[in-house]
Amino acid sequence: MAELLSGFHLIATPAVLIALLIGSIGGVIIGAIPGVGAPVAIAILLPATFSMDPLVGLTMLLGIYGSSMYGGSLPAILINTPGTAVNALTTYDGHPMTKRGEALRALGLAYGASFVGGILSILALILLAPVLARIAPMFGSREIFLAALLGIVLVVIAHRGQTFAAGSLAAFGILLATVGLEPVRYTQRFTFGLDFLSSGVDLIVVVLGLFALSQGFFLAAQPDEAPRGERISGNMFKAMTGVFRHKRIASVGSGFGVLMGMIPGVGEFIAQFLTYTYAQKTSKTPELFGKGNPEGLVASESANNAVPAAAMIPLLALGIPGEALTAMMLSVFYVHNVVPGPGLFQNELDFIYALYIAMILLNVVVVIFVGLSSNLLMRIIRIPTRFLGMTILTLGFVGVYSLRNSTTDCAIAAGFGMLGLVLKRQNLPTVPIILGMVLGSIMEVKLRSAMARVRTPLDFVDRPIAAIIATAIVLLIVLHIWGIIRERRAAVPESAHDHDIHNSQEG
Amino acid sequence: MKTFQDLFRRYRRPGDFFIALLSFLFAIFLLLNLPTQAPWLPRVQTFAQPAFWPGVAVIAMVIFSFLHLLGAIVSERIPGRLAEVLEWFRALEFALWFMAYVWIVPVLGYLPATIAFTTLLSLRLGYRGWRWMLAAALFGTVVVLVFKGFLHVRIPAGDIYQYLPAGPARTFIMTYL
Repeated sequence: MAELLSGFHLIATPAVLIALLIGSIGGVIIGAIPGVGAPVAIAILLPATFSMDPLVGLTMLLGIYGSSMYGGSLPAILINTPGTAVNALTTYDGHPMTKRGEALRALGLAYGASFVGGILSILALILLAPVLARIAPMFGSREIFLAALLGIVLVVIAHRGQTFAAGSLAAFGILLATVGLEPVRYTQRFTFGLDFLSSGVDLIVVVLGLFALSQGFFLAAQPDEAPRGERISGNMFKAMTGVFRHKRIASVGSGFGVLMGMIPGVGEFIAQFLTYTYAQKTSKTPELFGKGNPEGLVASESANNAVPAAAMIPLLALGIPGEALTAMMLSVFYVHNVVPGPGLFQNELDFIYALYIAMILLNVVVVIFVGLSSNLLMRIIRIPTRFLGMTILTLGFVGVYSLRNSTTDCAIAAGFGMLGLVLKRQNLPTVPIILGMVLGSIMEVKLRSAMARVRTPLDFVDRPIAAIIATAIVLLIVLHIWGIIRERRAAVPESAHDHDIHNSQEG
Repeated sequence: MKTFQDLFRRYRRPGDFFIALLSFLFAIFLLLNLPTQAPWLPRVQTFAQPAFWPGVAVIAMVIFSFLHLLGAIVSERIPGRLAEVLEWFRALEFALWFMAYVWIVPVLGYLPATIAFTTLLSLRLGYRGWRWMLAAALFGTVVVLVFKGFLHVRIPAGDIYQYLPAGPARTFIMTYL
């Protein structure tokens, strides 16, 4: 209880509250503009937050992360274009409702479900925090190594149909993390005699290239589009209360969101998939799913909004980011010499509570903002896409150049921008590269320290948590291969699939 | 209308074979360079070898990219490979625009270079008329004011600023614009 009060005290400063306001409102606007999304905004703002206090910087980034999905549901429902990748499922039932003339009801349900998902997940995690504080110290080097390995395995197999490409990209990320002067034996690795590679490849430069510049190049090279939408009239706050007619689905969605958010390498998509499948199987009208069923909309939006809070768990408790956005946030900790891990949960529980309180506040701020501003947001998102590409490149420059005023960094970022563009056009994911970079460097350090006490391979898994994670890794790989064999038997012709470019920056 | 399955799964696009081939060749190039670029030291345990992790990564890249290539070869060909690869090269123009912006900032200064970049690139992207030019210039100005003036991100003053008459105005411009 004392830590909770101390957490309140930590966030009750003007700087944190302003960061919260800017992050949450900025996040809604960014999320609502198709083609921008939280990863682009966080990548751009990351270097600017390095000069801030860790709590201020993290609050702003968390604000963007947590609120972008609220904004993303607006174009998903009104114009059938998801604002962020994780709102894609929202189009499935949200847009048919708009076409039926129920735009206000659909938006209200989406915002209401997002709010319920966000708040329930944070409350669950506040209650879980003391338990996590007890479990986290049980994670030694080998458990952290195995958890990071689990993250890599999951991010590879989660990209069904592209497992090989995702595996190759994750391995490329691991290799990137090893480039430069190796810190133990002081040998040069993969520098090819080039001076600028001696200090390694900077994660932020890669992130900015893959997420921000690639999107700028992508939009600038595409034909111009300007989204058009209709005006919404009526009481949005009243429409939001409609979610209470779907309490069961909203709670299940939040539960899946929390569970999937906590597992590294998994995230919104799997949480949405599970919730949607559950909602459809238990519905009295399963045939209406995909044709404007409110239950489907609530499933989609409650599950995705429950993930951000939970995704902070592996990051804060173990120092292992589970997806690209928390991987970016990890660099905020590193810059301030704060090492997330078991110690943080044991010694600075107030800091953790402060982050969760900030997330509750951000959900409240956002729900008030979206309740009042849907029509204003519809006007903002009418920015033509090529113009938007120009703005992303301008902002991307600040992000890369302000790091060390290096033209080489900018050239490397532009190179990764081109790689990101090709991957995007190929429907291939960029996230495995980032997770490979971050988790690869953690795995190298932890394996080295873990092996000091390991004599036989079985010693590695002789502790309960290590054994559980190792079993999970083996089971997941076996189940994945089994799933592929089953799918091959029920193969559908290539032409039956959708070969469009998917508008996603999050893998 | 996309199916429920399609929302969660992304399928191959034209050019898949080309990217798989490039990725495999790149992995082979790295494998050939592994012995010289990541040394294997004597009397050091395998897991502590500097070459261990780069080795694991490169071997995984070779295996996965080979399987990706194999998958691309045996899969049905989707027409439009050349057009897709040409699209990638078209986007290269914007990488050059970006690098040109990077090179002119230390010379012209952040504000003038940003306004020049936003307006000229907007023109190139097909936005004509004074309204678009004003919007682009205004956007550039706001970015500079927010990031350099307000958030104090580190971007050096332009070379041409030193030709301004000495005084508080020059100091202000050098610090905030």
